This record gives sequence, C-alpha cells and structure tokens, in this order.
Amino acid sequence: MSSAPVHAPASNDVIATIRDKALWIRRRSFQMVYEAQLGHPGGDFSAADILATLFFGVLRYDPERPDDPGRDRFVMSKGHCTGAFYSVLAAAGFFSESELSTYMQPLSRLNGHPNRNYLAGVETNTGPLGHGLPVATGIAIAGQIDAAGFRTFVLTGDGELQEGSNWEAALTAGHRRLENLTLIIDRNRLQQGARTEETASLDPLDDKWRAFGWQVEVVDGHDHAQLLEVLSASPRGRGRPLCVIANTFKGKGVSFMHDNVAWHHGVPNKEQYEQAMAELV
Amino acid sequence: MSAAVSVESGFFDCRDSFASTIEALAAADERIVTVVSDSVGSSKLNGFRSKFPERMVNVGIAEQTLVAVGAGLANGGKVPFVSAASCFITGRALEQVKADIVYTNVNVKLIGQSSGVAYGELGPTHHSIEDMAWLRLLNNLTLIVPADPWQTEHAIRAAAAIDGPVFVRVSRMPVPALEHAGAFEVGKAEVLFEGDDAAIIANGTMVHRALAAAKSLAGEGIRARVVNMATVNPLDEAAILSAARTGAIVTVEEHSVRGGLGGAVAEVVTAHDPVPMRIMGFPGFLPTGSAEWLMEHFGLTAAAIADAVRQTISRKR
Ligand SMILES: Cc1ncc(C[n+]2csc(CCOP(=O)(O)OP(=O)(O)O)c2C)c(N)n1
Ligand SMILES: [Mg+2]
Repeated sequence: MSSAPVHAPASNDVIATIRDKALWIRRRSFQMVYEAQLGHPGGDFSAADILATLFFGVLRYDPERPDDPGRDRFVMSKGHCTGAFYSVLAAAGFFSESELSTYMQPLSRLNGHPNRNYLAGVETNTGPLGHGLPVATGIAIAGQIDAAGFRTFVLTGDGELQEGSNWEAALTAGHRRLENLTLIIDRNRLQQGARTEETASLDPLDDKWRAFGWQVEVVDGHDHAQLLEVLSASPRGRGRPLCVIANTFKGKGVSFMHDNVAWHHGVPNKEQYEQAMAELV
Repeated sequence: MSAAVSVESGFFDCRDSFASTIEALAAADERIVTVVSDSVGSSKLNGFRSKFPERMVNVGIAEQTLVAVGAGLANGGKVPFVSAASCFITGRALEQVKADIVYTNVNVKLIGQSSGVAYGELGPTHHSIEDMAWLRLLNNLTLIVPADPWQTEHAIRAAAAIDGPVFVRVSRMPVPALEHAGAFEVGKAEVLFEGDDAAIIANGTMVHRALAAAKSLAGEGIRARVVNMATVNPLDEAAILSAARTGAIVTVEEHSVRGGLGGAVAEVVTAHDPVPMRIMGFPGFLPTGSAEWLMEHFGLTAAAIADAVRQTISRKR
C-alpha cells in the first residue's frame, strides 16, 4: 500500500504531502498542455486538489498490483482533464513521470482521454461525459454483492451533470443504498462555453442529490483538510451513497485563468506559460 | 455563395460555411431554430446566437434530450437544425435519432460537426468514424457528406428545402474549394475527373485527396474517374454502376472501412456485376495522433489512393 490508510487522522504530514502534490500536478499538467498545445487546463486546475487528496490521502491502492481486487476504485468521469489525471497517476507510481512528455504524441499511451487498455490506474475509458457515475455504480454494486471492503470514488464535472445518465445512476445508487460509493462533483460552475447556471442550471444541487437518497457534503474543493475529512470518513453505517459537492474554480492557481471559461480548452502561449509557472509556486 | 473563412490560404473549415448559410436561411424563414448542447462555439454558432438569441435552444450537455427536443420543436411547427459533435449526436443519441426523428419521420435537420477524425488526439471516443454506418441503417434519413464549403452551403440549403429528416456531416478539417461540374442535387453524384481505367468514389474530406491521386495517375497514363458521392442516402446507383463499368473501384472515406460509403457502394456493385473493389478508410479504434497524422498513418493520402488504384486495376478481370 503506497498511500495513507483510509480513516487515518489528518496528520500535518499528510496535508503537506497533498499540498506539494497538488502544486506539482498543476505545474506538470500545464507543461504537458503547453508542449502538446492541447488539453483542458481549466478543469485540470479545478480538480488538482481533489485528485491529490484522493491519491495521497484517501485511496488504498498498490501501483505494483493495479488489478488487486481489494483496491479502492477511482473513476475519472471528467475524462477530458487528462493533464491532471495522468500527472497524479504518474506521481502515484502507476507509470514513469518521464512518459508524461509523450502526452498526445503519435502512438502515445497518453491519449487525450484515458484508456485502461494502455494505462494501469485507469478503471474505465472515459471522454464522453456522463459515463463515470453509472460505471462506478456498477463497481459499487459488485462490492455490495460480495460484501467487499473496497470503496468506489468517481469525479464528475458539474456541467457533466446535465447528462441524464447521471440521474439514472443516482436513482439506482440511492435505491440500493450504496454506502461504498462516493461521488465528487467538481463544482467550478463553468462548462465548455458558459456558466452552468446560464446554460441549464443545476442549483439547488445539494437538494437534488438529497432527493435521490444521497448524503450530501459541501466543501471548499481547494481546501485539502476539508476534502480529506469528508472523503476519508468511514462509510460504514451511512446507509446511503455520498455526494461531495466540491466548490472549486476553473483555472484555480493562475490569476489570468481563474474562473475564466476561455481556459476550458484554451492553451497557453510561451508568455502565458511562463507567467503561470511563475505563479504556481 | 457565402464566404467561408480561410484556415490556411486556400483551405477552408466547412463549419464556417454551415454557420453563414444557417444565418442567411434563418433571416429568410423564421421557423428556423438551432438546437445545441453546450456546442455553440464548436458549431460556430456564436453569430447565429447574437443575431437570433431567442431562436437558439441550448439544452446543456445532454445529447439525447438535444435530439428529442428537436423532434418536439418540429412538432410545434419549427424547422430545427440540431447541431453537435458528430460522435455524440449520433452515438449518444442514436435511439432518439432512430425513434424520435427518423421513424417518427419529422422535419429535423441533424448537423454532425467535426466528423471523422477531426478531434485527432482526443481519441476514439471523440472520433466519429462509425456515424455513417449507424445512420445508413435508417432508411428514410437523407445523408449528405459535403466535400468543401460550396457543397456544405448547398447541402444545408437542400436540407432546409426537404420536408423530412436530413443528416449533414460537417468537417472542420481544412479542405480546398473544388471546381464543381454543376448545381448540387441531393442523391446525385458528380464526376469531378473523367476516366475509364478505374473509378475512385469518395466523399467529404477525401474528395480532394482522390482528385490529387487521379491527377498523378494521369501522368502515368492511367485515367481514374473521380466520383464525389456526397449523398450517401439515397445513393446514386446509376453513378455506381457506371463506375463499375471501368472494371475497378476504389472507395475512400474519412470513416471506418466497415459499413460506410464503401459498404454502400459494395452493396450496389455486388447486386449487379461485381468488379474488384478496394475500400479505404480506418480500421477501427485508432491510436493516439493528430488528425493529419492518423490520415497519413492509415493511408488516406493521395499517394496511397493512387497505389490502391494501381493494385485494383491489376486485379481487373
Ligand atoms: C457526451 C459529451 N458531450 C460533449 C462533450 C464535450 N465536452 C467536453 S468537456 C465539456 C464541458 C464539461 O464541463 P464540466 O462537466 O463542467 O467539466 P469541467 O468544468 O470540470 O471541465 C464538454 C461539453 C463530451 N466530452 N461528452
Ligand atoms: Mg465545470
């Protein structure tokens, strides 16, 4: 086991590690996007703290045994944010960090969207939005049938929740009281072209999940201690799936990208890249 | 003809032609509305939105609802142009396309944007190289794959004029403006280069590559006819049977080799007097790479098309 056990108290060491990793994910993913001149850096940055917390404070996994049936599962439903996802997988030891520089190059295993047939640590292929939660629900049902100890986590975007498939899965997971299932919503309030609330509004989002039979926690998605606390709390006896609404900002960490929809799939020029790297310290 | 924006000098993004045409059509016919799924920018519909804000329906990231809302708008007397990435408007909403649009037979225009491998590095989930095979099964859906900005404009105009379901596959891969033989007619192929030694039947972004292949073959004394088969349904059977009389057919499409234009042509050819054929396209799920790289890697180039013509001619009976 390479990471802190689940239920470990939030020691200062763990928080410090998460902070370092989150910064590293932002810097490394932005370098990948800059070099490829492709990617989704705004969503990489809104998710960086969530991913760092999961992989360095919550999930139980062994990169040497990625198929271990007892591993915790993580499903990256917002599969367009491979800059951050591949960075955290490399940092966690699933493949070498040097491979990150092949991002989106011909024949690279690091496709624009994650492929489990190429990379360990990817549970299911994503890219089309609205697939991760239904697949994660299936994984959690398998765990429920077997009374297995593993937990299943899934990270979605917020615009992504406009896909009806999420709500079908929400019904199933609520109905089956899948306490081993945790959904984290990257609530950056921006989708591809505009704000979620100006497109197909989601609020009140917490009430929606409660109405579907889920427990809801609302946290600051850039606060590692808050994330660690809700995500590592034992699900036993909860009797319901958990939805963590993580309030975030697209482009978090770089002033000119902050809460700016242009950075959904905007890519930096040299000047912007250098300014961003100067700010990401 | 509306002006398309030049991508690289002499090359055009057909989405621009779609956008200017739909704006012109909407100005003349107030029943026309657009329906999008967080796909305003990727459909190049920012201009339409500022001109006709109340005539754009953005359902959010929800393609099944996108297509079904289109069906409902048609029922309410609108002429909806439903526009999203080709991979999602087909694959994600296939049952809505089948049941709500085509089987119900409503007056909805589906615009599949950035089709083929235009999304390159974003991989097989975003490639749309199965769409023609899926849609070809829906027999009363008119299917048009324009080859350049002029043909895109005329395909959109023709779609608006048809009272029934139409799918137009719009590419964003840069293509040159072609010299056309005459007016665009749905269901009618056009011969862009004459020849009787073999026939290359292509559509969409492959037409200009097929033309380049035919021109280089002409230098060797091989005359290959180039047939631009922009309408995949209904198919111009006469043009296919005429192509078969050359004794060798090569089909080329920015699509899987299974079930697309090549399959459609083969169905016609085998029902009559079969001739040697070669179907060029993509083999299936593709590895990582840019759109251009994928086309090179999988032999969708003028040079590879010319090779295929030579080989197919050598198999003539
Ligand atoms: C089914 C589907 N439709 C459309 C897209 C294109 N797309 C990619 S990302 C995106 C916006 C996602 O917004 P959100 O879920 O809020 O993600 P984030 O803000 O975290 O990037 C869209 C529309 C897609 N990948 N899948
Ligand atoms: Mg978002």
